[in-house]
Amino acid sequence: MRIPLSWLREFAQVPADATAEDVMADLVKVGFEEEEVHRPTDELTGPIVVGQVLSLVKEPQSNGKTINWCQVRVVPEGQDQTLTGEGIDPSGVQGIICGAHNFVEGDKVVVTLPGAVLPGDFRISARKTYGHLSAGMIASVRELGIGDDHDGILVLSRIGLDPEIGTDAMQLLGLYDQAAEINVTPDRGYAFSIRGVAREYAHATGTSFVDPASKVNAPASLQGGYGVKLNDDAPIYGKPGCDRFVARTVRGVDASRPTPPWMSARLRLAGVRSISLPVDISNYVMLELGQPNHCYDLDKLAGDIVVRRAVAGEKITTLDDKERTLDVEDLLITDDSGAIGIAGVMGGAHTEVSDSTTNILVEAAHFDEVSIARSRRRHKLPSEASKRFERGVDWHVANIAAQRVVDLLVELAGGTADETGTDVGTAPDAVTIELPAEFAAARIGIDFTEEQITTSLVDLGAAVEKTATGYLVTAPSWRNDLDTKEDLSEEIARLVGYDNIPATLPVAPPGRGLSRSQQQKRRVVQALADAGLTEVLSYPFVSKAANDTFGVPEESEERAALKLANPISEEHGYLRTSILPGLIEIARRNHSRGFRDLALYEAGSVFLPGERLGTESIPPLGVKPSDEVLDALYDGVPHQPLHIAAVLTGHDSPAAATHTPRAWDWADALDVARLIADVLGVELVVSQGSHQAYHPGRAAQLALRSGDVVGYAGELHPKLLAAHDMPARSVALEVNVEALFEAAADVIVAKHISGFPVATQDVALVVPQDVPADHVLAALREGAGELLEDVALFDVYVGPGIEEGKKSLAFGLRFRAADRTLTADEASEARAGAVAVAAERFGAVQR
Amino acid sequence: MTDTLPGAAIPNPLDEAAINAAVEDAIAAIAAASSLEELKAVRLAHTGEKSPLSLANREIGGLAKEHKAAAGKLMGSSRGRVNQALAARTEVLEAENDARILVEETVDVTAAPRRRRAGARHPLSTLQDRVSDIFVGMGWEIAEGPEVESEWFNFDALNFKPDHPAREMQDTFFVEPPEAHLLMRTHTSPVQVRSMLEREVPIYVLCPGKVFRTDELDATHTPVFHQFEGLAIDKNLSMADLRGTLEHFARQMFGDEASIRLRPNYFPFTEPSAELDIWHPGAKGGPRWIEWGGCGMVNPNVLRAAGIDPDVYSGFAFGMGIERTLMFRNEVGDMRDMIEGDVRFSEHFGMEI
Repeated sequence: MRIPLSWLREFAQVPADATAEDVMADLVKVGFEEEEVHRPTDELTGPIVVGQVLSLVKEPQSNGKTINWCQVRVVPEGQDQTLTGEGIDPSGVQGIICGAHNFVEGDKVVVTLPGAVLPGDFRISARKTYGHLSAGMIASVRELGIGDDHDGILVLSRIGLDPEIGTDAMQLLGLYDQAAEINVTPDRGYAFSIRGVAREYAHATGTSFVDPASKVNAPASLQGGYGVKLNDDAPIYGKPGCDRFVARTVRGVDASRPTPPWMSARLRLAGVRSISLPVDISNYVMLELGQPNHCYDLDKLAGDIVVRRAVAGEKITTLDDKERTLDVEDLLITDDSGAIGIAGVMGGAHTEVSDSTTNILVEAAHFDEVSIARSRRRHKLPSEASKRFERGVDWHVANIAAQRVVDLLVELAGGTADETGTDVGTAPDAVTIELPAEFAAARIGIDFTEEQITTSLVDLGAAVEKTATGYLVTAPSWRNDLDTKEDLSEEIARLVGYDNIPATLPVAPPGRGLSRSQQQKRRVVQALADAGLTEVLSYPFVSKAANDTFGVPEESEERAALKLANPISEEHGYLRTSILPGLIEIARRNHSRGFRDLALYEAGSVFLPGERLGTESIPPLGVKPSDEVLDALYDGVPHQPLHIAAVLTGHDSPAAATHTPRAWDWADALDVARLIADVLGVELVVSQGSHQAYHPGRAAQLALRSGDVVGYAGELHPKLLAAHDMPARSVALEVNVEALFEAAADVIVAKHISGFPVATQDVALVVPQDVPADHVLAALREGAGELLEDVALFDVYVGPGIEEGKKSLAFGLRFRAADRTLTADEASEARAGAVAVAAERFGAVQR
Repeated sequence: MTDTLPGAAIPNPLDEAAINAAVEDAIAAIAAASSLEELKAVRLAHTGEKSPLSLANREIGGLAKEHKAAAGKLMGSSRGRVNQALAARTEVLEAENDARILVEETVDVTAAPRRRRAGARHPLSTLQDRVSDIFVGMGWEIAEGPEVESEWFNFDALNFKPDHPAREMQDTFFVEPPEAHLLMRTHTSPVQVRSMLEREVPIYVLCPGKVFRTDELDATHTPVFHQFEGLAIDKNLSMADLRGTLEHFARQMFGDEASIRLRPNYFPFTEPSAELDIWHPGAKGGPRWIEWGGCGMVNPNVLRAAGIDPDVYSGFAFGMGIERTLMFRNEVGDMRDMIEGDVRFSEHFGMEI
């Protein structure tokens, strides 16, 4: 909402020297955020005066254009020019070249004299042009920054002005005024008006306030006016769409008269374009009183006005000349010809006022917030009217606003008001609220005095009655946001001032610290950084193709993903089922910025829709739903496990003197996955994996002991890397860490530490190429028995001396007993047992 | 000194002058040895089997009985002096040798390579942990919830009326199909509702996490960002408790000089509601008020939706943006730096914030 200060001053005690900034600083205290300052003089400086064209000589030019060489009087005849400066003629007559042709000798115009600055840092000076010294400019409205029209210069008589020569044109055109723009929260519809803001300004500054509504002399009742029927046969939530309709008639208006400059200046500062006198008046009253209203060309109306819901397939052409198909829930203003307006949103084109309109029907009605909000959304028609109706308009101001429009039409457009009028509808019950005496103090923490409470509420416009237990408060009709004792305590706190709220620190009951899974997450995320990886965060929005590539493996049946109804870009219209697409994008970006050695990771949710998706309906607000309904809500929310993924590309460290970095390879990816599992104390079962995103021969499937697959690690598929502009041999992994969290042991049971010496033995086994080393290791472990402390693969050999199709695996075995020193024979026996199982299972032969 | 060469003549073990001369010769040679190798040669020449002193010593056996004691004494002390000199010189030369080796092993430490990558946390993630720790220290607990959420938890339970403009101001991402009433949470407040439904009162929880709004990415907006919201439900909580909690928190984050300011505002889920400004003593360009977040007393309708009796319990809630906090706390000038994943951004912070 933009508040011209001159307008605010009519109703509130704004100091004469206050700036828009000062006003905003006051209003912020009562809850209006500062937005912007609108001040023409920030861009416009004089001297800019009224001049009269004394003579005008048309001089055709060689380029085909004709220019006017004008003598313009800028000081009344017989008076001295008091301005001085380069280019200011002491005679009071300026010679000016002008290219416009919409004026004649004798016209009064706006002259920007040398020294003036126009919007866009356009400096006016005397300059030689077309063979003359042109000392100033005759301005158009666009050059002055007060309109779009640039077809010619501004001739003052055409906007109804005949000022004295030499008058300060900036004063005349309202250009010294300024506006404060504030943000109005959606609960405070009343503040979308000078009326509402002036009252708030008074609250903020502790000064007095005159209600603009009180200055309008509206008749107590209206009868015999234009026929209006309220026929809502389908109210929303049982509330009639229209509960008041005031109609007034003004005849014999001259709609073609110019809007007076004071009015167009205020409208302009308020951000409303001047259109025609009747429309400007309508807008002016809306801004002043907060009541949207409409002017119909009475002669284009056919029969009674009926306010009703639309019928299926009904159409209307709105003021913006668009044909719209209406919904049966749309509330309409209709006459015998059909729809003439979407109630509270936009009027129809057919009954619009034009320059030739002579008789006007003024509408000021009150509509249901929800009905208007839905129509506005449905037709994507945010208007100044709908903005106010959706947030709530004072029911009681409708007839006053209608009267104000009538008064202005009479005063400015020369009309005559009918004595009769229409006012149909039923006033809503006033809202009364019981406020227990101590309630506000307890909720706010300020020990409010009785006087603070009553004064605050009365200042708001409420009626306050003292009761045995507290106060009975009748909320003002314009404050549809006041319903509860909590609302009232906010108002009291707001008017007394939030700055007076003291600070006390409540003590929470003994807490339990971070939960186990929160600790686990922290540990893993930190461990990866400690291991040299860099944490990044990517968006969860991905393409369908990315989910298909990186998500659940191809052969799986559960490859569904959630789709957004309104994504920022259609290309990234899905929610990720894997973190890798975002991570690879980030890796690629870093790579293109010259960072070749990368180890990136991210921890975040992925979105895996199950069979149930949401709920068909949602329960109402303000009530706890039943357990069944709550369970359905919980169950309908898709599974969103925490995943950790990493991408490694390039080398493990920067190249340096005396240091040769190592290129990351598939084993590093597996190593990071194992680190994650180690940090959580979970065993990962690694097997040869198959996933479309990975190299078919270099991918590990990661599973829990239970067999549940929790992720993949390995080299990314070469074709995929090429398609993503990523370096060859880049590796990646992704693990469902939430599954690991759950698999982690609650308590780790200690193992006995034996102090007896270790006996180490090595063994080299020849096995077929396709036998996984891990399986041989498991066989050795099984066969070695309980004396085996540890076994590790330390060499893999293929080549001379080894049969084609076979490989040699060398293992180191460590034996130790808990209670004695092992003899060499005992260790050898255990080793033989290990080899026997490997031989039996895989045909392993000792080298 | 004598001009007799070692081994040239065998001095008489009773000839004190001759023996002394041999000792002096030996001591002079020991002192002249400049390396352990030279000293070894000197030792052989002056204490070896063929050295004058050894040979003289051997002569004692052939002396008359009454001279043996005097000769033995002379020879013993003489050889002792030589051995002592040898030991002292050995020690000196060994020390010199050790020192030389260490000098020779000198490296240029400024040319050392980084063999291990220095990893880094994303500062948003570090800051989220930091904030959580402050509240855990106050006895609060951390609550989390899903990012795709039921519309009821995100709006209705929080007292957003179905057709109220406030609902649209949240710029919500909806999930298809619309009939399923699922959306990307627009704030972490649904976690507050879940907490109230799942926990016993009194409740003191902090809900950090990712939230989503349909804003295009620019220098100050991002469709995905992070918040932390606090919720306290207890008997007799007032707005003064809210202010006290926020002030305590602000001082933990920004130092003892920090303070907060509340300005009236509107949120459907709180009544009264306030905008929260922080007095940031370390702000770039000097101390000033900075808009930080929103807060207020929990609207009774929100308590009712969670089955908590608003006549018995009251509560307060607050919420701040983590990106915004990072921007003014750590002087991040452009939102995009936090989003793009450029490793320089995370690595500059390392593990700290």
